[in-house]
Amino acid sequence: MCLAVPARVVALLGDQWVETDVGGVRSRVSIALIDDVALGDYLIVHAGFAITRLDVEEAEKSLALFEEIAAHLQGAAHALHPRLP
Amino acid sequence: MRYIRGFREGAAAAAFEKLIEAEVDPERDYHLMEFCGGHTHAIFRYGVEDLLPDNVHLVHGPGCPVCVLAMPRLDAAIELAGQDNVTLVSYGDMLRVPASRRRSLLKARAQGADVRMAYSALEALDIAAAHPGRQVVFFAIGFETTTPATAHLILEAQRLGLRNFSVYCNHVVTPAAIQSILDSPEVREWGQVRVDGFIGPSHVSAVIGSRPYEYFAEEYQRPVVIAGFEPLDVMQAIRMLVQQINDGRACVENQFTRGVTRDGNGKAQRLVAEVLELRPSFEWRGLGELPYSGLRIKSSFGEFDAERRFAMKAQPVPENAACQCPAIIRGVKKPTDCAIFGTACTPRNPIGSCMVSAEGACAAYYKYRRGPVQAAG
Repeated sequence: MCLAVPARVVALLGDQWVETDVGGVRSRVSIALIDDVALGDYLIVHAGFAITRLDVEEAEKSLALFEEIAAHLQGAAHALHPRLP
Repeated sequence: MRYIRGFREGAAAAAFEKLIEAEVDPERDYHLMEFCGGHTHAIFRYGVEDLLPDNVHLVHGPGCPVCVLAMPRLDAAIELAGQDNVTLVSYGDMLRVPASRRRSLLKARAQGADVRMAYSALEALDIAAAHPGRQVVFFAIGFETTTPATAHLILEAQRLGLRNFSVYCNHVVTPAAIQSILDSPEVREWGQVRVDGFIGPSHVSAVIGSRPYEYFAEEYQRPVVIAGFEPLDVMQAIRMLVQQINDGRACVENQFTRGVTRDGNGKAQRLVAEVLELRPSFEWRGLGELPYSGLRIKSSFGEFDAERRFAMKAQPVPENAACQCPAIIRGVKKPTDCAIFGTACTPRNPIGSCMVSAEGACAAYYKYRRGPVQAAG
């Protein structure tokens, strides 16, 4: 129920609606719960509603941290699927 | 998409595995409760438990909305759906949840009731507009992630002047549930459940912010780390909790900085406050009656309240005696402690609500646990 995905705004449809893209899948999403959505924004979408904006700067900071610790510790790939070759 | 895939990177998970292993104190155990079913599934799907040292234990919490809905309230929805002129609309998960006498909304539909599945709550409005002769009821469930959509729905219905539309409101609030776990005798007196810290909900917190957790982090001296639903989010949050516990700190930290702020989504909060209000008490499956833990429609929007319009009554019913869902919801038992887990009760033919949903602990165990299922001894 609380699951939600980040989606990029690809079209403003007016009247509290936008079109979003997640890996090629287009959806119509309500932006009634947030203000000032612009083209190219990333939204966190739950059950047809954007519940908040994805803060791209913060996401990049997290990803940079992950890359840094991975490089630092030279962790093995595929750790999430340890039984796979 | 970079903002999904990037948070599933294997090399970083391996690095977190090493960091956590180096940082845990081998002399003690760490019992961490993931409140959300979304986290439970991420943990099993990506095998996060396999990457943790043996003394870090994950306890599954009650954050699965269909799991915690009290059976009498589901029974009342099924009764309502059976009325001739009623169309009941709900989220997909809800339709398969077993009610008393092994009924479900899906079975009611097979018997002729007009029950529809919706991805978005707004679909219920379209159905009401298209069928003015029918009473369309939206069966609203969920935590704070889903609540603002319901509030918006009621305001839209009012704006459109829909007279044949109402909402059966079963929304619940997260902080009350966490507090009830910390106040429960299993935690306080019997010592059956140990919770040293919480992995906090991501999307609930996107709406309510991180501030509401500050009270019980302080009051109950338990750290809370709000975490995203991807495996690296969970790994990082576990590391942050281990660090807090090692340092003897108990504060609210935010790992999911890309979606959560301290204040949350103010507009969504205002919509909810305009339309809904706290009930003095609300019954949860597994947790019982909890004060100020559920929401109802304000009397100023009473015409859209299905409980008023249809004078709905929830009648107490006994739980299935074999089903351990109530204990599993409280974190007292694991799904594999249940005698009917994986035998009589499976996702295809669920007996308890935890086996139904994509957030239920039993469904996660059934779907992702490797090795043979062992019957409870």
